[in-house]
Amino acid sequence: MKQRVVITGLGVVAPGGVGVTEFREALEQGRSGIEHLAELEELDFRCQLGGVPRLTDELLKSNFSELERKRLTAKGVIYGIIAGLEAWKDAGLPFPASTEAEPHWDYGCIFGTGMSGVNTLRDAIYKTDDKKVRKLGTTVVEQTMPSGISAFLGGRLGLGNWVTSNSSACSTGTESVIMAFERIRDGKASILLAGSCDADGPHVWGGFDSMRVLTYRHNEEPEKASRPMSATASGFVPGSGGGALVLESLDSALQRGASIYGEVIGGYTNSGGQRGTGTMTAPNSQGTQRCIQGALQDAGITSQDIDLISGHLTSTMGDVLEVRNWSEALHRSGTGFPMINSVKSITGHCLSAAGSIECVAALLQLKHQFVHASLNCEDLHPEIAACIDENRVVRKTESHKINIIAKSSFGFGDVNSCVLFKKYPTHEPNGN
Amino acid sequence: MNRTEIEEKLKEIIRPYVQNEEAFQNMTADTDMLRDLQINSAHLVDIILDMEEEFDIEIDDTTAEKMLTVGEAIDITEKLSQQE
Repeated sequence: MKQRVVITGLGVVAPGGVGVTEFREALEQGRSGIEHLAELEELDFRCQLGGVPRLTDELLKSNFSELERKRLTAKGVIYGIIAGLEAWKDAGLPFPASTEAEPHWDYGCIFGTGMSGVNTLRDAIYKTDDKKVRKLGTTVVEQTMPSGISAFLGGRLGLGNWVTSNSSACSTGTESVIMAFERIRDGKASILLAGSCDADGPHVWGGFDSMRVLTYRHNEEPEKASRPMSATASGFVPGSGGGALVLESLDSALQRGASIYGEVIGGYTNSGGQRGTGTMTAPNSQGTQRCIQGALQDAGITSQDIDLISGHLTSTMGDVLEVRNWSEALHRSGTGFPMINSVKSITGHCLSAAGSIECVAALLQLKHQFVHASLNCEDLHPEIAACIDENRVVRKTESHKINIIAKSSFGFGDVNSCVLFKKYPTHEPNGN
Repeated sequence: MNRTEIEEKLKEIIRPYVQNEEAFQNMTADTDMLRDLQINSAHLVDIILDMEEEFDIEIDDTTAEKMLTVGEAIDITEKLSQQE
């Protein structure tokens, strides 16, 4: 029998919003987390801006032992673990002692990443080339392997179900949520910690800078730089961080008396095959639309049921095509289009961390019944305005009754993911 | 550097790796690092690297294999520092 799946815990480490409370404030206030980074200027980057989560010593101490702090250097790994632990705690789940004999066979973790360990890898490469391989120590492998985050969390939390890592570029985070959703729905796990993370800095972002996909027009005005759907959007602003969500069977959540943020009602992942309009970096529109429609079909809802689209919307020319694809996939346009906003206007594009951070944002909006402002699109792109009524673009944070949010993420390699979250009714058990 | 100084510095190095705090408090020369202090065997590699850096010595693999107790670690460090 198919299980219903709900979200019972959230964790986030985002630029300008570390921890769920601060992140919610950033969304509600439309507070940008983008800043000018002197390091990038010194290294002659075209884009000298970025979104970097600021971690306090206090936060590090509350999450890691002295030995762990000594051993961990990989920035993305640190962001991912902190987000994961926050979500687990938020869900009211146990932190078993390492001496406990048995793991939780029904609890697991699917944590995706992109280049989370790149700063650690860089140091290791220098030492190796300098004939100091024996000085690498025992921390390099676990910090640079993609499954390093799920491995750490699996050990800390005593997880005995599926413990793995996924990677699909900027689609990673949303994909991890869909993977966890499907496994719980199939009855193969009762609780899965899903999420994703990525690191920051010149060695993660350099390749994007060289590809000229980052904006270079706003180095003097960081807060204006990430402008999804704007006529003057000129490339994305790179970001970093981690997001995590506890997915749980409804039965398990009710049994534990857990507080519920919302329900996952469907999801779909696919690829445009880099055919038609699709390439390594551009989407095949057919693929995108099929992904959106696949999610609707999976959830058994119609396109009219969607209240809000939390788009991929990166602040590039791709935004126009994305909005058109939504419009065609949903057969909705003009004033009939759902509301739409972009978390990236606030955080920048957090790469592999983006999907999970944005899923956290979706659940917060659903739970607290608001839609956050999409910043810097006063000058809406005329081709977007020709497709949808401009008032459907949320420019100011407002309270709204929202029932269903569609969250999509797309990535290099022409890969797509779309997940649908529904408000958990207050009249059902544990609804609040 | 005399034995007491080496012992003090060694204590600082191994402290974060120790999983049995009580054994650490009652440490003697005969205390076994893996069995008594319950240090993860993989972490011994990191302790050796930390010692090499702190005492400016090189501990080769054969010597490292003989380093099981706190006393042996002090002996090895003392001997290698004198050779420098």
